[in-house]
Parts: sequence; structure tokens; C-alpha cells
Amino acid sequence: MTAARAEDAPPVAVANRPAIYDRVGAGGLREALRRMHLIRRFEETAEDFYVRGKSYGTMHLSIGQEATAVGVCAALGDSDYVTSTHRGHGHCIAKGAEVGRMFAEFLGRETGYCRGRGGSMHIADPAKGNLGANGIVGGGIPIAVGAALSAKRLRTGAVVASFFGDGANNEGAFHESLNIASLWKLPVLFVCENNQYGMSVAFARSTAVASVADRAAAYSMPGVTVDGNDFAAVAAAAFEAADRARRGGGPTLVECKTYRTRGHSRSDRNRYRTKDEIEAWKARDPIERFERELSALGVATAADAASLREAVEREIADGVAFAEASPAPSTAELMRDVHTPAAAAPR
Amino acid sequence: MTAPIRELGFAEAIREALAIAMAEDERVFVMGEDVGVYGGAFQVTGDLVQRFGEDRVVDTPISELGGAGVAVGAALTGLKPVFELQFSDFSTLAMEQIVNQAAKLRYMLGGSVSVPLVVRMPTGSGLGGAAQHSQSLEAWFAHVPGLKVVEPTTPYDAKGLLLAAIDDPDPVIFFEHKLLYKTKGPVPEGRYVVPLDRAETRRAGRDLTIVAAGVMAQKALDAATILASEGIEAEVIDPRVLRPLDMATVARSVTRTSRLLIVYEGAKSFGIGAEIAAAIAEGEAFGHLDAPILRLGGAETPIPYSPALERAAVPQVEDIVAAARRLARGEA
Repeated sequence: MTAARAEDAPPVAVANRPAIYDRVGAGGLREALRRMHLIRRFEETAEDFYVRGKSYGTMHLSIGQEATAVGVCAALGDSDYVTSTHRGHGHCIAKGAEVGRMFAEFLGRETGYCRGRGGSMHIADPAKGNLGANGIVGGGIPIAVGAALSAKRLRTGAVVASFFGDGANNEGAFHESLNIASLWKLPVLFVCENNQYGMSVAFARSTAVASVADRAAAYSMPGVTVDGNDFAAVAAAAFEAADRARRGGGPTLVECKTYRTRGHSRSDRNRYRTKDEIEAWKARDPIERFERELSALGVATAADAASLREAVEREIADGVAFAEASPAPSTAELMRDVHTPAAAAPR
Repeated sequence: MTAPIRELGFAEAIREALAIAMAEDERVFVMGEDVGVYGGAFQVTGDLVQRFGEDRVVDTPISELGGAGVAVGAALTGLKPVFELQFSDFSTLAMEQIVNQAAKLRYMLGGSVSVPLVVRMPTGSGLGGAAQHSQSLEAWFAHVPGLKVVEPTTPYDAKGLLLAAIDDPDPVIFFEHKLLYKTKGPVPEGRYVVPLDRAETRRAGRDLTIVAAGVMAQKALDAATILASEGIEAEVIDPRVLRPLDMATVARSVTRTSRLLIVYEGAKSFGIGAEIAAAIAEGEAFGHLDAPILRLGGAETPIPYSPALERAAVPQVEDIVAAARRLARGEA
């Protein structure tokens, strides 16, 4: 595995077919491209909802980070788990969620993944192993370690990918979790999406090490830094970490250097970074890059990509229609699900 | 056929509940600081590690937040953890996972998950632990929708309530007063549960109602014995479960006695007593009151170290007797 700094990597690198592509397979690569487009269009549509006053509450967009979510989840199956973050739409779609139920959640409808109780920041899909986005920075990391403890104890063979941002690497939960997972050799992929800013504070102004991956040494686990805008680099690191975890080798810390081209949330006025910086990262867009690469490799031609994008547009349109036609939750059900009803409780 | 009944200590009764649950269900396991070979700071887990092995009696690093989060994640994915915090004071370090995650996940995720987690924690003062090892924080947790909060008084209830808490599909916070660990009482062998929604009338009386849980229920019973010698018959109600609170039992008693005294160790203001008093004031029982409701709570101070100060900071038997006298004789 190569440790590449995002800023050093060339924007287009198609000279050689990455070895990991043989493992993902042509179908898997096209599906990865489809999911990246689906994430992008989901978030652009969500943003449009907000602009047109159709949505409520806040949201955190991961536009520009799609290769990280999809690259990591390429190494996971349905029985593997993820824990996600407030910026979690990408993880959710990458793990196989339906955009219709996501839009419905976003609009606070009864048909949403959380029946409208959670909103954008809490979308979860336990049936697909997604234990949920999380409103607390670092909140999902120890939960991932617990899910890995279950996998080990129950011998399910599952691994757990815990997504978190660079901001979370200074939370106590991060450090306690890495120590416990390494100590108990648990099957966890700690995936840091280093998008350079914790809200407004630049990584170098918040973190005493040069790379989040440097933290791994303190917990006796491998730490790698990859270009998070390069699907191949992310997938290669994720497969290697997942293989190691499944072998009983314990956790790995994978740092994906990437960038969110949108603001932190709706309130962001981008006072902490320059337009030039944003434009430079937009030029390294992970989706355009992956699409060009697959075209150059003959995995997905321009025509394939065009029809894939059309299919994504239909999926988005259908999802929006489903969500908008869905009912709001009944206020009579305000108290539902505070506790598990006795009849539904597993015993 | 009823199970044989023995005299058992409070800590032993808790250990017996853990052993029964672990023997019955492979998914149940214990985790926490020094719960293994040390046997727990208060010797509650005792020899469980010898009986069930290190995979099921798991010593964690001193990482309360990480440990709580691991317990939440394990509970979400098929295990049934019983997480021991060494002192309830240390829950401050684990609060994020207990309050933001465990309590809310089911609701926030639209009912698609459950978090069958028990968090046990020793509570209260009386052993010279000073301000960071003696707090009574029950009201903090009782304020959080999604949690159930239990505080047993007798060894019988400790065992039955803990088995019910482990059976429960949702997170339960289980407070164990340190002064009760060495108390003894009759405990049947084998499995039984005490439901998580029912108060217990520990002593019947006509003149006033005293509501108190945990060690304060014991003190209230001692006070009631003294009061009886003076001709004042106090009814003592032990809520056992602070959330959900069985107010119907309290209201029925108050309707008969017309006087209510609430005793609790946590700081008096904004505490358990405020909730019970307000619930009575809002309900039909209010019309039956012949005197203002009285609260006896902890002093508005951190728990001090020096024995006389520590004693003065929380309600004692003589304080309960004095308050009950005033109330019963209309001097309140």
C-alpha cells in the first residue's frame, strides 16, 4: 500500500490498472461509480430542497468525499457494520441504502429510515449493517468497537468500519476506542475522512501530529494515509485492513485525505478558506477522476457512464416523488419507540 | 414449589443475579474496571471470572467513555452487556454514550434497534469517599427519556430487579448504595424478577407517608420504628424504580395519610423529591393533603470528607424522625 498525500498525487492517473480493480471486478467498479453519482445527486438534491425552503433542520454535505465512502464500503458485505457521522449520507448510500427512504427521512416523513424521528443527522439502516449517522463527533467510534466485540464473540466473521472526521481525532472517544480495539484485537477499520477542517478550524491548527495515521503507532496498529479522492487507493487500503481484521489481526487506522467542497453546514460562510483552495480541490473531483479512469481502462465507456447517470437521475426523481408523497408522522405517535414494547422485545 | 430462601448479602444477591443471567444466556456478559480477578471495587463481581472466564467477565482499561460506548455497540449487535462503573461519579466520563447514544438510539432511529444494556454503579456517601466518590446522581439519569433508573433497597429486590433489568430490552441504570452492600436479607435461590414499574410499601401506617429509596428507605424504616414508639405510624414507600416512577402507589398512600415526606440523598433542589412532590401537587391526592409536602434532601454542597461533615450533608435517621414529627403534629 502506498502512502500518498492528496496534494502530491496527479489529478488523473490511469497509466496502470490498479491491482485492487481485479478484486473489485468490472461489475463492482461500475456499481461503485453508480453509487458515487447517487451520493452526489442525493446531496445536490438535498441542497436544492433547502434552497427552495422544502426541508427543515440542518444538513452536512459530503460533496467531494464520495470516493472515501464508496471505496471503504467496496470491501464490506451486508453483514459487515459501519458507524457513520453527521456527514453521513455517503456512507449510507455506499452501504446500500435506498435514496427514497433517505429523502423521506430528510423531509421528516413517516416512511423515512427513522420514521422522521432522526432527520439527516441520524439516518441508519441496520438491515444493511449501517448502525447510524451520529450527531456527536466521535460518538460512533466506541460503538463500532462494541459491534466488533459482538462479531468476535458471536463469531459472525463481520468487520466494522467506523467513519469519522479529522475533528474526531482529538476526542477522547477516539483514543479510548483505538486502545481497546487494539488491545482486544477486534475487527475494526478506523476510517478517518480528513477533509481538512473541523467546522472552521484547519487540521494543522487542531492536531499536534502531521497526519491522523501517525496516531496509530500509539496504539500498536497499522496506520496508513491514502488519497481519499482516489477510489483505488481507498479501496486497496480498505481491503487490506478488512482482510487483516477478518484474519484476527486486529484494527487498522486508515486516513483518507479529502475535502468537502461545500460548507460545514447551512450556517457556513466559508470565512476560513479561500475560493482558490476550494477550486483547486474541485479540480480533483473524485467522481470525474474515477469516471475518466474507468473509461480509459475500458471498464465503463463514456456511453456506459452516460446511461448510468441517467439511471441515477431516475432513481433520484423516483426517490423524491416517493418522499414527497409520503405522510408526516402522526403526532399521536409522538411517544412511540422511546422504549421497546414488551411484545417486540427479543428474549 | 417455592425456592429455598437463604440470608444473603446485598452484593452477593447482585452477584447471584449476574451468575443466573450469564448461565442462562450466552449473550449476557459483564464488563468494567477491575471486575475480573480483583472482583470489583466493592467485591460485587467476586469470583464470576473464575466461573465464566475472561471473555464474559471483561476487565476494561480505565476508559469510562470508551467502555460505555463498547457496551452500547455490543448491545446494538446481539450481546447483552452489564457494564459496571466503579463509582457513579465516574458516569460523568461516560455520560455521552449513556445519554446521547444508549438512551436515544431506539427513538432516534425510528424503532429499528434496541439497546439492551445495564449500567451498574455504586452510589452515595457514608464511606469517606469525599466529593468525587460519594455523589447521588439518580436525578440526572431519571431526567432522561429512554432510560430506566433502578435503586434497590433489599438483597431480595437487588437480585430480582437486576434480573428484570438484564431481561429488559432497553438501557437500565442500576444504582447500588455503597452502605447497602454488606446488609443481609432473605433471598430465594434461582430466578425471579421484580418488575421495573412497581413501588413497594415497606411499612404500613396511617399518620404520614414517607417515600424513600435505597439506603434512605432503610433509614426511613429505622425512623418509623422510633416514631411508632411515640405513637406516630409512618407508612414507608420504597419506589425501587425512579423512572418510570410508580406514582399511583404513592398517591394512594397520601390519600389515606394526608401527609407526605420525601427523603433522598441527592442535593435537595431539582431532585427526585421535587418530581414526587410535583406529581402529588398536580394530582387528585393533593386535595387530601392536610399539611404542606416536606422534602428532606442532601445539603446544597459537595459531599465533604470529615465524618461529622459528611454525616451532616445527607439526611440521617434523626432528621427523618424530626421532620416526620413536625409533619404529623402539624408543626411543619
